[in-house]
Amino acid sequence: MRRARRLLERLGFGFAVLVLVSPAVLVFLWMLSLSLKTELDNTAWPPVFVPAPPTLDNYREVFARNDFLLYAWNSVVVSVSATLLALAVGVPAGYGIAKMQAMRAAALILVARITPGLSYLIPLFLLFQWLELTGTLFPIVVTHLVITVPIVVWVMISFFEGLPGELEEAALVDGATIWQAFRHVALPLARPGITVATILAFIFSWNNFVFAMVLAGRETRTLPVAVNNMLTFEQISWGPLSAAALLVTLPVLLLTLLAQKQIVAGLTAGGVKGA
Amino acid sequence: MSGGAAALPVPATAAAARRRRNYARRYALFIVPAAAVVVAVILFPWAFTLYVSAFDWRLGGERRWVGLANYAALFSDARFGWAMLRTLLYTVLAVVFPLLFGLAAALAFHRRFPLRGLARAVFILPMMATPVAVALVWTMMFHPQLGVLNWLLTTAGLPPSMWVYSASTVIPTLVLVEVWHWTPLVMLLLLGGLAALPVDPYEAAKIDGATPWQAFRHVTLPLLMPFIVVALIIRTIDALKAFDTIYVITQGGPGSASETINIFLYLQAFAFYNMGYASAVVVVFFAIIMALAALLLWTRQRVRLT
Repeated sequence: MRRARRLLERLGFGFAVLVLVSPAVLVFLWMLSLSLKTELDNTAWPPVFVPAPPTLDNYREVFARNDFLLYAWNSVVVSVSATLLALAVGVPAGYGIAKMQAMRAAALILVARITPGLSYLIPLFLLFQWLELTGTLFPIVVTHLVITVPIVVWVMISFFEGLPGELEEAALVDGATIWQAFRHVALPLARPGITVATILAFIFSWNNFVFAMVLAGRETRTLPVAVNNMLTFEQISWGPLSAAALLVTLPVLLLTLLAQKQIVAGLTAGGVKGA
Repeated sequence: MSGGAAALPVPATAAAARRRRNYARRYALFIVPAAAVVVAVILFPWAFTLYVSAFDWRLGGERRWVGLANYAALFSDARFGWAMLRTLLYTVLAVVFPLLFGLAAALAFHRRFPLRGLARAVFILPMMATPVAVALVWTMMFHPQLGVLNWLLTTAGLPPSMWVYSASTVIPTLVLVEVWHWTPLVMLLLLGGLAALPVDPYEAAKIDGATPWQAFRHVTLPLLMPFIVVALIIRTIDALKAFDTIYVITQGGPGSASETINIFLYLQAFAFYNMGYASAVVVVFFAIIMALAALLLWTRQRVRLT
């Protein structure tokens, strides 16, 4: 009797978990399904759920336009540059702020983090127009720093604050400069934190839409902008649109599944700490 | 996406404080490169926006000093007023529902069960996915004639909805996407909170014969409150910032039924090229967000003390 009740409770809980994850699973499965069906099946009523047989024509169509690869390359260049630049300036800054306990600097980073991205665009747009740089990737990389630098600094502050200071102090006592203590002691210890910061900065830069939408020309679009343009021009062409959308977000989804632990740690670091 | 900062240790004496400051100052060089970037891409835009907001500044056209006229115009602009109200409605809905669902999900994921890691990874996929890609799929699902959502409704015996194609349903529908998108973040924040709770009160409650509901209501909920407030702060700010999904799915339509402040701002700046006016919107919006953040942080301090 007791055992039966326990089993029932377990089944109920399992069902609850299923209900929790199903919105996420179903939307992505539907995306996949749309991308693997012919246009006829995609506009059928009642909807066709399982593609029979699945077709890769939509993906072929996406890749057949050579500009898709150009936009993919733009996205890679922008996200990688914005992430690397942010790491170069953000990791030492996180260290400095943690060591100096410069809470005003930390608060400034926080304010930058909560301001809508759109609000940086007017002045930067005017500036880049004046500098006549609007046809290049440069303005897009620079505006993406608005996203990546605060993420890196914020994650690194909380990471360096969590490190014990004794090892560096020992190095300083032995005559190392503070730069050497940072470079050879703190930095190797901070590798997990740097991984978290890199993943988050890359994903949020990759996902960003509004900066490139305003600043990119025909040749310099990033993937999210290019895919959004597909909707505007081909209202009912759902197969290729879903295929393109899935291709854009696939790297991020895979990264999330693979680096789940780091992502969870990074996202909760700032929010939960000190509460 | 991020919350507060740790409290500073209090120095014993003024001399110790000075020593500590001198010691700390040596690390200033580490911050210089990042400070340069922050000045260039964050502080300069803030200052320049404030400057532009005092001009009648048309792109490629005239540029005339008007003082506070843009702000005066803004406060008598009915379209801006409606955008504010819509943003308020959107924000309230897009805060309350993710908090409720996120709390339920956090309680579930706090328990141990097989494949928990995988289930959690799948659960957080929506918040990591590219917003534009996700918005496009939702757009297809909302299609009134061919969309899968109306098929689900009619199959369940319910009347089909116009979703984002009708002024009366567009905001709740966009909130639906936002809830789907951001509930995972609330779950993560509260899950972190649950993991940090002490065990003793639960044991005491168990000994006293409390039911699971009583334990939740009188032990978990009060202890979790600081984390709930943090989630509330983060969610409020993120809901106010919402732009990508709204823009991709409706571009503010039908008509201007889903034109929130962000969409209004975007249209003023980059559709009408009315840079001065749009800058005034940015300044007002920025002030609102700062005031709200300050208010919420103040609430958080109070919750922490009690």
